[in-house]
Amino acid sequence: MSTNSTNVVTAGVNIDAPEKANPCSRIIKTKGRSLANWVGGLLILGALWWLGGYMLYINPDTTNFADFGPIPTFKAFPHLWSDGTIPNALSASSYRLFSALGIAIVCGIPIGILIGRSKVFREVSNSPFQLLRMVSPLSWEPIAVIVFLSWNQAIIFLLAIASVWPVAFATAAGLAKVDPAWFKVAKNLGANPWHILIHIILPAITFDILTGVRSALGVAWIVLVPAEFLGVTSGLGYSIADARETLSYDHLTAMVLVIGIFGYILDSSCALAIKKFSWHHKEEP
Amino acid sequence: MSIRGVHISVKDLTHRYNSKCPLTFEKVNIEAEPGEALIIIGRSGCGKSTLLHIIAGLLATTSGTLLLNNEVVKKPSSRWVMMFQAPHLFPWLNVEQNVGIGLKFAGWPKKEAQARVAEAIGLVHMEEFAKQNAQNLSGGQQQRVALARSLVMEPELLLLDEPFSALDAFTRTALQKDVRSIAKELGINIVMVTHDIDEAVLMADRALVMAGSPGKIMHDIRIDLEDPRDREDPAVQSMRANLMQMFHDASHVPSDDDPSDEVAADGDMSTLHSV
Ligand SMILES: Nc1ncnc2c1ncn2[C@@H]1O[C@H](COP(=O)(O)OP(=O)(O)OP(=O)(O)O)[C@@H](O)[C@H]1O
Ligand SMILES: [Mg+2]
Repeated sequence: MSTNSTNVVTAGVNIDAPEKANPCSRIIKTKGRSLANWVGGLLILGALWWLGGYMLYINPDTTNFADFGPIPTFKAFPHLWSDGTIPNALSASSYRLFSALGIAIVCGIPIGILIGRSKVFREVSNSPFQLLRMVSPLSWEPIAVIVFLSWNQAIIFLLAIASVWPVAFATAAGLAKVDPAWFKVAKNLGANPWHILIHIILPAITFDILTGVRSALGVAWIVLVPAEFLGVTSGLGYSIADARETLSYDHLTAMVLVIGIFGYILDSSCALAIKKFSWHHKEEP
Repeated sequence: MSIRGVHISVKDLTHRYNSKCPLTFEKVNIEAEPGEALIIIGRSGCGKSTLLHIIAGLLATTSGTLLLNNEVVKKPSSRWVMMFQAPHLFPWLNVEQNVGIGLKFAGWPKKEAQARVAEAIGLVHMEEFAKQNAQNLSGGQQQRVALARSLVMEPELLLLDEPFSALDAFTRTALQKDVRSIAKELGINIVMVTHDIDEAVLMADRALVMAGSPGKIMHDIRIDLEDPRDREDPAVQSMRANLMQMFHDASHVPSDDDPSDEVAADGDMSTLHSV
């Protein structure tokens, strides 16, 4: 998922740096080629999927699982959409995901700024944070279920604790690269600490924060599905578990596809935001 | 813009970074009238940047007093603004936004700020680049923007720490002329540090020669030359030779430093602008 979108971004950068000779036709050519590659990659994936489904189908032992193939899956889509399965699962999961990301951003950025700006905080917090970071988020599940009133809250907690670290560490790393002279210049021009935070630190590290949010999103998205296997009756993870129990394999692959597509869209949006909001090596329009 | 200069009074200023360090400089005395351009020359390490940081309110004094218009300087203020060796523009802002950032800190209303930003950009001849990203400018253009960013605050005193040393000779000459004429036009004081004796002769009303360790002000030379000053003008040339001699002599005043080192520094000076 993330590899794909990285390619998209790289291709975008190439487009922005056209060669001197006949730039227009070059842009169209480059754009056309990268679009063709993008479609081609998806077609190859689709073909492999189809081949897998076909092999399941021709093998008498596995014919029952032939619904995993692309054709039954795509046939299941209209039904899953119109009966509300996909929209409901997406909205329940998005709610959890974005609540958790919101919490991670609200907690992670200040933690990151503290790590980056205060030596004492950095030294004291380093080992606890490294230790906590290495705990698989799902292992908090039993504790979270006891602590929180509802499964919904517990899942949001799991996602938040998974995504707070990438945000915090990316913020701190961004801060470490900030030119100290900018603080001196700002102070010299009459900035107070609040100005320095809002007008210098935050814009200087927007790129790093967004990069952190993008990896947080990747982690949260991965944790989301298994976290929803238990306890709740909504969301993408629940739909997968439900499809498995009812042996509706076409539904199962359809939901897998939805997870992949939606995750891809989220990650690409992040990549676009990073490109739009970062000031690093900005080209002239 | 209507700005007036400031009366600078530095009395017995002594500084040391911490108790383990030797004195950076000792008993520095400077008096300057409103509108005067002071240029401090001295070899590396004698405390010029430190002195400038203190005047800007970015560093505390160890002892002695510093008064600007009879006011004790304790912290940075938009009335005395420092410009550094590198432009240090904010790369996420365009030229206009960079120039306007000090006004933003001061809480200026948008409309009035815009007008003043445009004026400051005009002073440094950067109108056509106003909307450009700061990262895409040349070094000289960036330094012009940094100058506008300081001027927009309408300071009474502009402090400059080797602001042109990273620029090529042509750009440097143009900026030397511009900074002097802008300061004269606005009537503001300049205190500038440089390694470059030519620069001092071209830009100063008074040149202060700082030397020794701890640093002291050895000479205070009035440079009464007509504007615009031209490097080839015999009066400029003779003043330059004069200053070079004083600089050389100052470096040989007995001090804790190894004298051979200082001869080397002098040699450097004379070759700096022989081209
Ligand atoms: N932060 C600091 N802590 C301790 N000592 C310092 C510090 N900054 C500078 N010094 C010392 O103070 C002395 C004066 O430094 P300063 O930067 O003022 O010199 P300078 O005259 O500006 O030199 P240059 O021409 O190379 O810029 C030097 O000996 C330097 O080593
Ligand atoms: Mg210096």
